[in-house]
Amino acid sequence: MAIELKMPALSPTMEEGTLAKWLKSEGDAIEIGDIIAEIETDKATMEFEAVDEGTLGKILVEEGTEGVKVGTVIAMLAGEGEDASDLAAPETAEVDAVLGEGKDVGQDASEAEITKPTRKADVKDPEVPHGTNMAKVTVREALRDAMAEEMRRDERVFVMGEEVAQYQGAYKVTQGLLDEFGPKRVIDTPITEYGFAGIGAGAAMGGLRPVVEFMTFNFAMQAIDHIINSAAKTNYMSGGQMRCPVVFRGPNGAASRVGAQHSQNYGPWYASVPGLIVIAPFDSSDAKGLLKAAIRCEDPVVFLENELVYGRTFELPELDDHVLPIGKARIMREGSDVTIVSYSIAVGLALEAAEELAGEGIDAEVIDLRTLRPLDKEAVLKSLAKTNRVVIAEEGWPTCSIASEITAICMEEGFDHLDAPVTRVCNEDVPLPYAANLEKMALIDSARIVEAAKKVCYRD
Amino acid sequence: MAKAPKSKAAAKAPKSPAEDTEFVLHSLQEELEKKQRFDASTDQMMHFYEQMLLIRRFEERAGQLYGLGLIGGFCHLYIGQEAVAIGLQSALDGDKDSVITGYRDHGHMLAYGIDPKVIMAELTGREAGISKGKGGSMHMFSTEHKFYGGHGIVGAQVALGGGLALAHQYNEDGGLCLAYFGDGAANQGQVYETFNMAALWKLPIVFVIENNQYAMGTAVSRSSAETEFYRRGTAFRIPGMKVNGMDVLEVRQAAEIAFKHVREGKGPVLMECETYRYRGHSMSDPAKYRTREEVQDMKDHKDPIEGLKKVLMENGAKEEDLKVIDKDIRKVVSEAADFAENSPEPEASELYTDVLVEEY
Repeated sequence: MAIELKMPALSPTMEEGTLAKWLKSEGDAIEIGDIIAEIETDKATMEFEAVDEGTLGKILVEEGTEGVKVGTVIAMLAGEGEDASDLAAPETAEVDAVLGEGKDVGQDASEAEITKPTRKADVKDPEVPHGTNMAKVTVREALRDAMAEEMRRDERVFVMGEEVAQYQGAYKVTQGLLDEFGPKRVIDTPITEYGFAGIGAGAAMGGLRPVVEFMTFNFAMQAIDHIINSAAKTNYMSGGQMRCPVVFRGPNGAASRVGAQHSQNYGPWYASVPGLIVIAPFDSSDAKGLLKAAIRCEDPVVFLENELVYGRTFELPELDDHVLPIGKARIMREGSDVTIVSYSIAVGLALEAAEELAGEGIDAEVIDLRTLRPLDKEAVLKSLAKTNRVVIAEEGWPTCSIASEITAICMEEGFDHLDAPVTRVCNEDVPLPYAANLEKMALIDSARIVEAAKKVCYRD
Repeated sequence: MAKAPKSKAAAKAPKSPAEDTEFVLHSLQEELEKKQRFDASTDQMMHFYEQMLLIRRFEERAGQLYGLGLIGGFCHLYIGQEAVAIGLQSALDGDKDSVITGYRDHGHMLAYGIDPKVIMAELTGREAGISKGKGGSMHMFSTEHKFYGGHGIVGAQVALGGGLALAHQYNEDGGLCLAYFGDGAANQGQVYETFNMAALWKLPIVFVIENNQYAMGTAVSRSSAETEFYRRGTAFRIPGMKVNGMDVLEVRQAAEIAFKHVREGKGPVLMECETYRYRGHSMSDPAKYRTREEVQDMKDHKDPIEGLKKVLMENGAKEEDLKVIDKDIRKVVSEAADFAENSPEPEASELYTDVLVEEY
């Protein structure tokens, strides 16, 4: 059967090129792999290699011809037992009409429906039974207990990171784990974030449940490729075949007097990535309940803690299995005049601000987002509908922040309820300075939240 | 190119305790040099031949479909390197062992016997593709076969492979991980981070550098201070092997030696397979960095398929029989190409599926 040799494309964007040179003549025997011709574009020259054997028949496009459209038949190739000289040129097909010639050939997107995933409706935190003892527990202990409980529950769960075992954790979050679970399940790594983040992600692909601790999330920038390109995208790229149930956790955000390289909030970075779950709890109960949920989760989780909160004590219900839902915000304080949306350490500042505002007759509602992705926008919009005013309090830079995202959601979906512009209260837009006075000036505080809340209530 | 040390005697006499490790570092190489080729039965050789030819014909057709605009984006062909995947993967324990590689992954998939149709359909971005058309040429996986991809970030598969090996060790399942990467990836930092941890924890992993001489368009001598890649584990006390990657029987023999070492709990092995890709780095390669004569010389004198064909003929195989095999493979590949061309693209409803596993 005669084979049509068509003008090939060097790249999906190439539409035409120059047939620079024929390296074979009519009547030549062609072996597979022979270079038949050279094709040129403005970018490159490509050799046109034979993928079938036979005899070169009629050359239909002379060498030196410019503007040869991709898919144009440039020569005929005669198969075994055919006479090459008999081969006639084919009917000229309109290249644009040829199936697949660099064009979409399947579903017509304009007519098809794009189905967005449904959110689980009405998921609430489990009821704490009446009479449950409320223990006083630090966030640090709550996180450790979450890991220990999950390690007891599931053999596949293990912890790895710098100084997590013998040193008992750089911030003592993994204290006691080595003693209980041994070095197989509590693994000290070298200082090698990119490498161990990849090993953690690979172990998750291989069926384990790694909890990878970063000493701080500042160092995870060395590993962000694995968090995003390896962990977050794999399930999608594999058509749902290959999961990566890993938890990357550690302290995030500004610490105290450690300078610019050790003081940054990565919440907005990770929250922008489809395929990741991003959690940033504030108090002990959420830290424990959400870390346990994160470890059980089939999706990759970035779990952002805060060093300055580790030592703070909060009430924690003493339950056998305290697991909280991912993707749900929590109303920390009910109010009717203004909504303050926050997460992580700034929740504490927002609560302080609310107290102060109450003294001035402004009743503020404080929402802790808890999960940054998927974001519980319903909770924000519901509160906005009640108070008609939103302030976002975020310990982090203002540009392209979670605050920016909340602002956009309020504008797009809550515009009719707004009585004042949505207002961001964030850190100053500078690398965090070391000097005590400058650092204080650069960071969000409750006074700024109070000021913003009064402004949107037209009370200043 | 310098030869690997021929024997212990050829190496310099040990001067310090650290140099004692020289023996370990070279022991696997020495074992390979004692007996360089695998004693394959005629049936086994015939199977290797068929598998390599399938990869060759599949890739030729993929190149053709790319040229016609049916395959988009990047498409990295494995032509010339077939003996590496076949030699190594034929030695695996399919029930236990895992494999991971970079973006030049079609050959490794085919080496598993995965249906060429679903691979080709992935290349054309169709619903029937092995990743539902959402991955493409560089992102293909088969967890059923313990093939973990298919990774597009150069070198990432090495650390991920370390994780797969950790899982084998953790689960005590007796499996090992085979992690392939190229001479280009061999210059990435995370490769050495992984070497360090793999050696430290004695992970069951065989690192395979497919040295095809060019990192995209940069020759190894222009990109690498140490071009003897099998030596690059020395700093981590990982034994190295230098293998002729154009000879499937040598690759298989090397695999036997390396896998045995790893399965005995002795930690990782670094194997350099010297090979050559006939085609460009990807389909949009201008091929200005090497001469046509160099490529032709490889095809004429080092071709892995022709090389095995010669052995087969010496062992009594008939030219006609080999022609029949080629014809059958061409048919399989043609059917795969037709399937890939005619299958529908994914439904629009697939756009938002598989982003996350769970609902929140």
